[in-house]
Order: sequence, then structure tokens, then C-alpha cells
Amino acid sequence: MAPGLEEYLILSALLFSIGLFGAITKRSAVVILICIEIMLVAVNIALVAFSRFITPVELTGQAFAVFVIVVAAAEVAVGLAIILTLYRQRHTIDTKKVDLLKW
Amino acid sequence: MNSMPEMLTWIIPALPLAAFLMLLLLMRPLKIKSNLNGYVSIAATAMSFFFSTWLLVNIVQTAETKFIPGFSWLSLEGAIDIQVGLIVDSLTAIMLVVVTLISLLVQIYSLGYMHGSKSLNRYFAFISLFTMAMLGLVMADNLLIMFMFWEIVGLCSYQLIGFWFHRPPAARAARKAFFITRIGDFGFLAAILLIFNATGTFNISEVHSLAASGVIAGTTITWACLGIFMGAMGKSAQFPLHTWLPDAMEGPTPVSALIHAATMVAAGVFLVGRMYPLFEHSEAALTTVAVIGAITALFAGTIALAMNDIKKVLAYSTISQLGFMMIALGLGSVAIAIFHLFTHAFFKALLFMGAGSVNHSTGTFDMRKMGGLARPMPWTCATFVIGSLSLAGIWPMAGFFSKEEILLSAFNNHPLLFVLAIIAAFLTALYIFRAVFMTFGGQVQSRFKPHESGKVMVIPMSLLAILAISAGYFNATGGFLKLLGDDHTHSWIYGIFGVLGHPLAWASLLIAGSGIFLAYAIYQRRWISSRKIARRFGFFYTIVFHKYWIDELYEKYLGNKLLNSGLFNLFNKFDSKVVDGTVDDVARLNLNSSKILRLVQNGNLQTYAMAFMIGVAALALMVILVN
Amino acid sequence: MGILSIIIFLPVAGAILIALIPGLNARLTRYIAMLSTIVPFSLSLYLFGKYDRVLGGFQFEEFASWIPAINANYHIGVDGLSLTLIVLTTLLAFISILVSWKLNFRVRAFFAWLLVLQASIIGVFASLDLLLFFIFWEIEVIPMYFLIATWGSGRKEYSAMKYVLYTLFGSAFMMAGILALYLTTGTFSIPELYQTNLGEIASGILPLAAIFFLFIIGFAVKLPIFPLHTWLPDAHTDAPTAASIMLAGALIKMGGYGIFRVCLGLFPESAQEFAPLFLALAAVNIVYGGAITLRQTDIKRLIAYSSVSHMGFVLLGLFALNAVGLLGASLQLISHGLITGLLFATAGILMHNTHERHIRKLGGLARQMPVLAGIFFIGSIGAMGVPGTSGFIAEINVFLGAFSSKADAARVFTLISLTGILLAAAYMLTALLKVFFGSPKETFNHVHDVTRLEKLYCAIFILGIFAIGLYPKIITEILQPAIIALASLWGG
Repeated sequence: MAPGLEEYLILSALLFSIGLFGAITKRSAVVILICIEIMLVAVNIALVAFSRFITPVELTGQAFAVFVIVVAAAEVAVGLAIILTLYRQRHTIDTKKVDLLKW
Repeated sequence: MNSMPEMLTWIIPALPLAAFLMLLLLMRPLKIKSNLNGYVSIAATAMSFFFSTWLLVNIVQTAETKFIPGFSWLSLEGAIDIQVGLIVDSLTAIMLVVVTLISLLVQIYSLGYMHGSKSLNRYFAFISLFTMAMLGLVMADNLLIMFMFWEIVGLCSYQLIGFWFHRPPAARAARKAFFITRIGDFGFLAAILLIFNATGTFNISEVHSLAASGVIAGTTITWACLGIFMGAMGKSAQFPLHTWLPDAMEGPTPVSALIHAATMVAAGVFLVGRMYPLFEHSEAALTTVAVIGAITALFAGTIALAMNDIKKVLAYSTISQLGFMMIALGLGSVAIAIFHLFTHAFFKALLFMGAGSVNHSTGTFDMRKMGGLARPMPWTCATFVIGSLSLAGIWPMAGFFSKEEILLSAFNNHPLLFVLAIIAAFLTALYIFRAVFMTFGGQVQSRFKPHESGKVMVIPMSLLAILAISAGYFNATGGFLKLLGDDHTHSWIYGIFGVLGHPLAWASLLIAGSGIFLAYAIYQRRWISSRKIARRFGFFYTIVFHKYWIDELYEKYLGNKLLNSGLFNLFNKFDSKVVDGTVDDVARLNLNSSKILRLVQNGNLQTYAMAFMIGVAALALMVILVN
Repeated sequence: MGILSIIIFLPVAGAILIALIPGLNARLTRYIAMLSTIVPFSLSLYLFGKYDRVLGGFQFEEFASWIPAINANYHIGVDGLSLTLIVLTTLLAFISILVSWKLNFRVRAFFAWLLVLQASIIGVFASLDLLLFFIFWEIEVIPMYFLIATWGSGRKEYSAMKYVLYTLFGSAFMMAGILALYLTTGTFSIPELYQTNLGEIASGILPLAAIFFLFIIGFAVKLPIFPLHTWLPDAHTDAPTAASIMLAGALIKMGGYGIFRVCLGLFPESAQEFAPLFLALAAVNIVYGGAITLRQTDIKRLIAYSSVSHMGFVLLGLFALNAVGLLGASLQLISHGLITGLLFATAGILMHNTHERHIRKLGGLARQMPVLAGIFFIGSIGAMGVPGTSGFIAEINVFLGAFSSKADAARVFTLISLTGILLAAAYMLTALLKVFFGSPKETFNHVHDVTRLEKLYCAIFILGIFAIGLYPKIITEILQPAIIALASLWGG
């Protein structure tokens, strides 16, 4: 039995939750970045799944997914650059220790 | 004499006004400091005096009241229309002559007295302004305009009392004078509001005719009269608003003679006289006037006994004499009151000039430091004694005739008032001759080298002395009173000598004579020691010496403790602590609550993400629940 | 572009010029500023002469479509009252420039802000469209903030911020009022609203009385009315002299003008209903304000608190709701502008020359500064309402009007207010006594008296005070049509 829409969505939700949990709880900036990537992947799965099951003829969802991947790549590039600079300046990538943006 | 053209009446107040403007706007910028200032002012007043006399002669001949229309000063269609015009009747004409004459003589006297003083320009400018305002006050046909002049007169009085502003007592006295008279003006203004509200007009003769026809009546009239009388009490220094006048003696003596003896303080009497047709309709108001007058006459007389400053004696004497005039008004005789005002103006101005002359020569007003001035200052002494005799009411001086009228009128109407008045008359003779003997009797104190004042001072005094003797003869046949519309021919007015046929005249002469004799016994012959008397009546003496503690009561307790440091301070604290404090508290509340709220922003990205997620979850939950 | 628009926008042009020309020197800045005030002043005098006193109503109207979607227009015009207030404002602005002639700290910014301030105040008086009115009303806050906060003294930042917050608090209510009125009637135009009988519109978004109160809270902050007055002493005290003159002379007049134009003109029934409340508040302003004035030890703060008391007379006259009272209130607006302007100007000179502002430390200055003493004396007698000055004619009409008012207990409040003349005499005479009279102090021996320029602008004030005081018809005639028209709402 091939998996249906529901199964794909469950997978997507699981991946998203895992990513979210990681993003909120992990202290390392790199790990947080990875977790965000996981969340994006989850969203991509959902998009493609919707596209496959609801509008099979048009490839709208896939187009969005490709778009997300491109943006994610850019985001990772910027994010890693920030983390690198952060590390150079503070010798840490622990987010708890870089709470500069507070009152 | 030809009758004076009506429009020429305007020139009477216009001349001193022109002098004022010329002094202030022309001679001040040119920095002219000599007596030239005085000459300008004197010339203007002299011309005013001339026109006033002409007017009075006209009035005596025709005996009619003229209304000279003026111009509309302020108007608002259908709401208010203030027309400035002049009343010219016997009352006005007499006042005009008194004011211009005294002002003229005082200014001439000032040339000598103020010689070498700084700021003569300011001095004569304000005397001119005062003269103008006083003339305007007596001529105004409109209550509001009259009130305006009334206030300007007070302002000039303020300026002139504080002429030597660098002396703290003078500066304080000026403030006190203006403030206390303004308490009276509060009543006057309230009365004007009431009258305008009831009648819709400020015109004095219209108000009178409305009162006569009963359009305004009852309590409205009583309240209006009491308000007007309050104004009169302030200006004429009647108890309990009398405290400013003795302090006003800090001003130059000629100013005291003009403003605080002869003219401005008499304005209160004039005001009640002018508004008498209104007072007529209120028994309560008239009684108040008479009672206040009697209390003042007696009360001020007692204080005058204990004063050592010659000007203060004269000041309390003025208060007391104004009280006599108020008695006459309260008893219903404007004519008699104005008659006493008329004679009083001359002899009191004379007495002040005498005091000024003494001061000019000795440099002090303290009678304890004087004595024996009769020999070195014969003219001053002679004129001062004439003035004193007139004040004490000794036949055949002017004061005798006018005071006799008041006493008789009290005798006929109200025995109690008569008793108070006769005691006051006794006190008058006693205190003024106490002053005479202390100043002119006895020995010259060695540190002074007294000398007679110059002619420019002696001549005005001599002229006033003549008037202090003869001013009463204007009424020798009842003519003066008749001119003012008083037709009651008193039984004993038959010439200057006929008076003596009346027993009351003898009684009052006896009383005045005994007052003089007592003063002679104590202060000249020293048969009785004044110290012993003071000790014997210690309690009474202390009260009188401290002027019944009224100044303390007003200034220390009412003014300062109750109001200024009390209520007003409370208001001030309330304003900064409660009203403004609330505003600051609101601001602080905002500040503090944001201090707490900003803790939420801890700078940790993950906390924000968490909050964001919770928010999204909550929204999602809401969508599900609603569906 | 009509003359009225030129009067409003010429100062703005001057301000832009001063702000934009790079490297403009101080001297030229002053002359540009003077030119941009003296021309509007002359033009407003020209309009004052040209205004048809028989015809009355709004004249010199200008109209341009502005935001058609909501029917908001650039609509300006003046009646007797607003024209007189514009003359007052342009005069005070001109004098403020003269007063600040010797200022040498950030000259360009100072004059630019002063000119913007002037334009916004004139805009308020000239607007016949409520939205335009509101915008001018709000613009004024910004220059005043910078004037106080930058060139002020004492707790200047605090006072400036307090001023802004207070004003915005009031304007928030006013904005709500304007919107409520707009949503009820569909127009912002004041002349159109005058034609509409608001009482007949049954289904408003808010009850009329509520809209009336929304407006009056906005105006009450400006006037000011107790208990919304506490910004005034702080702002006046800490502002530079020129700003104090504008603030006391012209700016707070906007409150009185607003009540006259909007609260009384549009809501006669509500005004009548709540007249006793406002008469009582007026009495509080007068007596309470006067009593506090008596306790002040700082010369500028004293004058500031006296303004609270004097503005009480405006309120008393306005809510007398009859012609005489309205005349008195209008006269008081003008008169107080001149008198307080003069007092603040003299206080400025005094503080500048002696470097002292505490009354207790001053004294005996009439010897060292006779001319200044004379000028302050004239200002004082004006503030006391001595006849001959404009203060008297204003106050007497206020009292006459209020005493004849039909409102409950109007007489009681009038009599209470009448004690204001005693308080005024007490605090002004005490100030005169403590500052100028008494023994001269040696510390002030080398203090110099008034300069020629200072004499000039004081003379302008004095001339105005006496001209109105001696012959009030010069302004009562132009005020008459507006006042008669307004008073007819309550039957004259």
C-alpha cells in the first residue's frame, strides 16, 4: 500500500516538531541552524505532498519547494557567516551567551 | 460773571492731564530736573482752579444741574453701552474748587518742601495725574467711569506714598495702602455689577431715577449701598479698613496733605454723597454708615492720643474727622457732610503743611524730640494753632460751624450717636492740642537749630489759615447747605454770632475747651504727669498705643498666618504634591510598568522563538475551536 | 494665494530658507527671521483695517480641495476674534525675534523653530476646517518642544516633555471629538457645521454632550483649566524668554479661541447645561491660581501662575454665555497676550542683566534699573486690572457678563472670582516691592538698565496695553459681529 497524504503530513509534522524542539532548546548556533533546515525540509515535504495529492497536474507545490530550497541555501550561507563572525569575536557560538539584544 | 461754555468744562480735568503727559513724555526724556517740572504742573492746576471757580460761581447763580454729554466709550450692540459724560452740579463744583485749590497750594508748597529732591519729575507728574483723576472722579456721570478714576486716584496714591521707594517702610506702606483700599473696591465693584444687572445702566442719574421710581428696591438697593459704602470705607479709611492711612504717612508730607487729608480720602464721603439718592431707600445702609462713622470717629480719636509721630496724630485725626462726615451722611444730610469735608480740607491740609514745615526744619516727625518751636517758627506755629483751633471746633473757626452742624443733627436724630460724637469731639481737642504743646511749647532741644521755612511754604500755609478761619462763613446764613439742596434751616443759623444763642454750641465749646485745657495742663504746664496717666490707665494705654492690635491682627494673623502661610501655602503644596504629583505619578506608573515589561525582552533568540511558536499554536487552536 | 495664506506660510518659507542655506551667518539669519515676521504683521494689520465690521462673519476666505475622499479641505478665513488674535500673534512673533536678537547659541535652528511655531499658531486661528485646525494644532508642539528643551533653563527636558505629553493627551480627546463630529455630520467645515443644527441630528455616533467634553478637554489643557494646568508653570519657567512670550501670549490663547469657536459655537445646548461647572472651574482657576502665585519665589514662575489666574477670567467670560461676557473673554485673550508678553519680556531682561531669578535675592533694583522698574510697573498695573490698561476693560466686562449670566449660582462664582482682583494686587505689588523697591543692594550696582532695542519692544507692548485700555473701541468694534452672532445662540 502506497502511503497517502495523511502519512506524508504526519511525517512532515514529526520532522517539523523535531526541528522546532531542536531550534528552541539547543544552545549551539550551528545545531540551531541545522534544526531550522530540518523544519524547512518538513515544510517542503508537506508542499510536495499537497501538490502530488491535490493538484497532480500542475507542479505548483514542487515549484514552491524548489524556491524554499534556494532560499534555505542562501539563508544557511548568511547564517553560517554570522556564526563565523560571532565565533571570531566572542570565541563561542553558545546562544545563551550572546544575548546582546536585550534592554 | 458770564456763564461758562459747557464744553469748557472738559478743560478742567484735561489741563492736569496735559501737564502729566507733558512731564512724562516731554520733560522726562529731556532729563529736565529743576523746578520747571513743578511750574508746568502748577500752571495747569492754576488754570483748572480758575475754571472750577468760574463754574462754581455759575452754579451758585443758576443753581441747576447740568449734564454734559460726552462720547460713547465702549459699546456692544444691545448688550452694553458706556457713555462718558459729566455731571455738573453744586456738589461737583464745590469738590472741583476744593481739589484744585488744595492741589495748587500743595504744589506751590512742594516747590519749597521737595526742593533738591531727586525725581521731581515723577513727583509732579503723579500729582498732576492725581489731580486729573480726582477731578474726573467728582465729575463723572457714570458709575463705571467713576470707578476707573477711583482706582487711578488710588494708583497715584500708591506711587506717591512709595515716592521714596528705596526706604522699605515707604515701599511697604504703599503696597498696604493700595491693597487695603482695594478690599473696599471689591465691594464697590460688586455694587456696580449688582446695579448694572438690576438696571442695565451705569449712568448715575438714571440709577437714581430708577431707584426713586421703585424699579430697583428692597435688598438689591441695600446690598448695592453696602457695596458702595465698602468702597467708601476703603478710600476714606473707615474702621475696619483704616489701617493703611497712618502708614501712608511714609509718603512726602505735601502728598499727605493733598491726598491723605484733603481730597482722596474724602472721596469716600463724596461717593456716598453722590449716591445718596440710592442710600435714601435703604434704612439699613444709612444706619450702617452712621454707626461705622461714629465708631471710627471715636476709635481713631483714642489712638491719636497715644501717637508720638505728629503725622500719625494727624492721620488718625483725619480718620476720625472722616468718621464725623460719615455720621452726617448716615443721619441723612449730604450737605452737612460735604460742608465738613469742605472745611476739613482746608484746616487738615494746613495742619499737614505745618507738620511738614516742622519736619523741614528739624528733620523729625517725633514730637518727643521737638518742643519750643514757637519762637523760631512763628508763622508755622501761628498757622498750626489756627488749624488746630479749627479742628477742635472753637468759635469762630471754620471747623466749629461744620462740626456744630453734625453734632446738632446727631442730637436731633440719635442720642447715642450724639454721645459718641461729643466724646470724639473732646478727644479731638485733646489730641490736637497735645500735639501743639508738645511741638511748639516747652524748650527747644539743643541738638536742633530750627528755622522758619521759606516763603514758598509759608504763603500757602497762610492762605490756608485764612480759609481755616473763614471757610465756615460760607454757611453763615445757611447758604452753603442750601446750595447743596439742604433746605432745613436750622433754628440757630443767624450769622456768625447768632450761633452762640444756642445752648448746644456752648456745650460743645465747653467740651472742646476742656479738652484744650487738659492738654495744656498735661503737656504745657505739666501739672499732671503724662507718664502717671499712662501708668494709671495702663491697660487702656497699652491697647491704644498698639492701635488695638488691628495691624497685627490683619498682617500677622489674617494676612500671613491664615492666608499666606496657611491657606495659600496649602494650595501651593496641594498643587505641586497632589495635582502635579498625580501627573508625575501617572508618568512614573508608565515608566515602572515598562520596566517590568521589558524583562520579557531578554535578548535570547530562542525565547523569542518559543514565544512565537506558542503564539502560533494558540492561534491555530483558536481557529480549530471556532470552527 | 490669498493674503491670509501668505501670513501663514511666509514664516514657514523663512524657516526653510534659514534651515537650508548652507553656512548662513547669525546676522543674516536674524534679518531673514525679522523679515518673515514683520511682513505677516503688516499684512495682518492691513487685513485688520480692511475687515468689514458691518458685514461681520468669516472674511478673506480661501478654499482649496485637499483630501476629497473624506471631504477635508484647505479652508481658511477669519472673523473679528480670530483676526485680532492673528494680529496679536504676528506682533508677538515679531517681538520674540527682537527679544532673541542677541542669542548666540544655535541661532539658525532657534529662529527656524520660532518661525514654524508662529505659522502653526496663526494656522490654528485661521482654519475653518476642523482637520486643518487639528493639524496646525499638533504642529505647534514640535517647535515648542525643541525651543524649551534646547534653549531653555532649569529642568528644561522635563518641562519640554511634560508640555508635549500634556498637549498630546488633550489633542487625543480632541481628535476623537473631531472624528465623532465628522462621523455624525460628514463634514469638517466649521461654517457648514454652524449652519447645521446639531441638536436636530438624533442619531449621532456619540451623545452631543460627550463630543462637547472631548473637545473641551483638548482646549482645557491649552487654556489651561484646573486641574490640567500644571504643565504651564514648568514650561513657562524653563522656556527661553521668546518662547515664554509666544507661549503665554499667543499659544494658550488657542484654548480660549477653541472654546469660543467650537465648544460654544457648535454645542450651545451642552455649553448651557454645563455652564455652572465651568463657571466654578473658572472661579477655582482665578482664586486658586492667584493664591499659588502669591507663594512663588521665582519671578518667571510667578508670572506663569498669574496666567493660570488670568485665564480663569477668560473661562468665566466665555461660560457667562452672553455678549458682555464673551466680549470680556475676547478682550482678556488679547489683553493678557500683551500684558504677560510685557511681563515675560521684562523678566527676561531682569534675569539676563542680574543673573538672578529668585525674588528673595533681588531687591532695590528701581535705583539701578529705573526704566525697567517703570516698565515692570506698567505690566503690573495691567495684570492688576488698573483702569486705563487693557486688563481693566477685559476684566470688568468678564465680571459684568458673568454676574448677569443665567446659569445657576453664576453670581456666587462671580463674587468669588472678584477676589481675584485682590489676589492680583497682592502678588503683583509684592513682586514689585521685593524686586524693585527697598534698599538698593550693592551686588547689583553695576547692573545696566534697559537698552534701546529693549525699550523699543517694551514700548510696543505698552502702547498696545494703553491703547486698548483707554479706547477699547479699536478692537471691540471688530469683535462685535462675531460676539453678537454667538451670543444670539442663547438669546443675546
